[in-house]
Amino acid sequence: MDSALIPNGVRRCAFGKFLLGLAIVGAVLLWGVYAMLLCWFKGLNQTNMNDNYGFALWIWADLAVIALGGGAFFSGFLKYLVGKDELKHIINYAVLIGFICYSSALLILAIDVGQPLRSWFIFWHANVHSMLTEVAFCLSCYFGVLTIEFIPLILENRQINKVSFFHHLAHNMHEIMAVFAATGAFLSFFHQGSLGGVAGVLFGRPFAYREGLFIWPWTFFLFTWSAAAYGPCFTLLITKITESITGKKLVKDNVVELLAKISGWMMGTYIVAKIIDTIYWASVTAPSKGFQISQFYANNSFYGMWILIAEILFGGVIPALILIMPSGRKNPKARLLAIVLAVIGVCINRWVMVLQTMAIPVMSFDKWALYYPSWQEVATTVLPVAYGTILIMICYRYLPIFPQEAELNPAVD
Amino acid sequence: MKNEQSHETTKKFGMVINLDLCTGCGSCMVACMAENNVPFKPDETDKLKSITWMRVYRLTNGKSFPETDICYLPRPCQHCEGHGGHSPCVSVCPATATDYDSQTGIVSQIYTRCFGCRYCMAACPYHARYFNWFDPVWPDGMEKYLNPNVSPRMRGVVEKCSFCYHRYQAAKDRAYVEGQREIEEGDYQTACTQACPAGAITFGDLNNPEHAVYKLKQDANAFRLLERLGTNPKVYYISSKEWVRRAADNYLPNEKTGK
Ligand code: SF4
Ligand code: SF4
Repeated sequence: MDSALIPNGVRRCAFGKFLLGLAIVGAVLLWGVYAMLLCWFKGLNQTNMNDNYGFALWIWADLAVIALGGGAFFSGFLKYLVGKDELKHIINYAVLIGFICYSSALLILAIDVGQPLRSWFIFWHANVHSMLTEVAFCLSCYFGVLTIEFIPLILENRQINKVSFFHHLAHNMHEIMAVFAATGAFLSFFHQGSLGGVAGVLFGRPFAYREGLFIWPWTFFLFTWSAAAYGPCFTLLITKITESITGKKLVKDNVVELLAKISGWMMGTYIVAKIIDTIYWASVTAPSKGFQISQFYANNSFYGMWILIAEILFGGVIPALILIMPSGRKNPKARLLAIVLAVIGVCINRWVMVLQTMAIPVMSFDKWALYYPSWQEVATTVLPVAYGTILIMICYRYLPIFPQEAELNPAVD
Repeated sequence: MKNEQSHETTKKFGMVINLDLCTGCGSCMVACMAENNVPFKPDETDKLKSITWMRVYRLTNGKSFPETDICYLPRPCQHCEGHGGHSPCVSVCPATATDYDSQTGIVSQIYTRCFGCRYCMAACPYHARYFNWFDPVWPDGMEKYLNPNVSPRMRGVVEKCSFCYHRYQAAKDRAYVEGQREIEEGDYQTACTQACPAGAITFGDLNNPEHAVYKLKQDANAFRLLERLGTNPKVYYISSKEWVRRAADNYLPNEKTGK
């Protein structure tokens, strides 16, 4: 029925099956939209956040999706600026995933603030000392850049591309994409970093507080580095999931292995920096504020030392080693394991920087503030996942996202 | 960000609370709520969503009877000066909705500019900031008793103790009318200071040697909450009990309080 819209030389499932898929994910989306409307019209009393716990699940989801969306800026940087040309076969998908992650982050922020209609005050009354101001500026600008990177992909739809104007527009946009990739890499460097700074500057919270270089705490650099290291893993993971669902190979192994190798080395160097940071923080910064590291992991029913081990060893050292070793990254099972561990690892890091930071009592007579999200918070966090899935379904069906697909899956008539 | 005017003396309003005198009666909390139009909550069972600009903590030495000892610790906003005027909360607010006034040392909050991102709450280690999770509610008829000098706050913004700043404005106006004199000790008092039946709270200009707080803060048993974090609070406490002083700043087991 929609065969005129489907890219040349590739096969897609029946239209009815596609609609059924959309309807199922759409139902989840509607659940999220309902929860979102409740939060907007009834207020944030719909959440389980409280005055001791003003930053919770949403801020974690925000930091996590932005780290995972880091595959877009880093792949763009590698392809357009470093000259890794093989990555052109996966860059479209990386941009699409980045676009989904960043638009989701903006949506979550719009639900998270108490007065969404005043959000523009962040630009109008900007406090240049605040890391959140830097985040807002860079995030919005980078989302603009991602949109510009995404547009030529839409214009390459078979029917749209028939229009001469759109055809040439897409071509010309491709020609100058290096400029946008460079701008995106620059903006992303700053906002990934300032998201790290959001937690790192909290000198009233010794668990998150880090000393730093110039105006930036070390977490600024660690966040940028980790997004560059872990973001491509997420691109690879989503590619793998797409391949499993469609039952097709979509990207050649050499491309996947190259991205996995770069990601592995980035992760390896990042995790060494993270370990040094942790040792310095535990032995110098925290004691200078009156804290022993054990206090951050004791006297509560959830946060134990296991979380530090899970983040650094299982979410960092092990996946880095697997991806650095040629035998590891060439083995599909080992590679998949490393990618999954890495994605979990970076999510734990962002969780710890937001939720554990809020949970730890700072005044000695205070108690741990453990929290569980309300269903409205869960639904609004699932909402971007459903939105992303729908966007991927539509883009995969109608846009030439995977340039190698036709070659890897020759049509047999 | 800072509004420096050289022709005005720099005051630093602050508080000294003598914990040896505090009986934990809660008058300061009630007075603060009434004075500052703090709303009630439809469901008061969830204490973590109710607003108490002044909150009295109950501290215990953790020993069993008969060695048990109790101390009550009233906690207003500490009006931190932080590093170079950057209190933990002020430096993080993206919309400059909260500010440190270098002429009074008061950390203010502009409710109509706050958009409720709650970053300031995350930054404040004293839990002194409160979010309006609900639309403000007062028991029937109570709207007639609202203080006309303090604006009520809407849902979705952050609020906190302002050291009853409106009383400072009124004191300044009075002093101006009475011959453009400087305001004197006692002209400007916070509601909790006035309400405390035990006289545990003293309020004044920490920079002025004539004011009681200036002398009291130099007491050998004076301390501030979480001093090592570098928040530089303008609320001082006095306690003759070593365990209370230790509780104030996460002392390690082998550390001395230095008093
Ligand atoms: S006590 Fe909290 S709210 Fe008050 S000035 Fe200090 S950091 Fe800000
Ligand atoms: S909640 Fe309001 S006062 Fe606090 S940081 Fe956000 S905008 Fe500023």
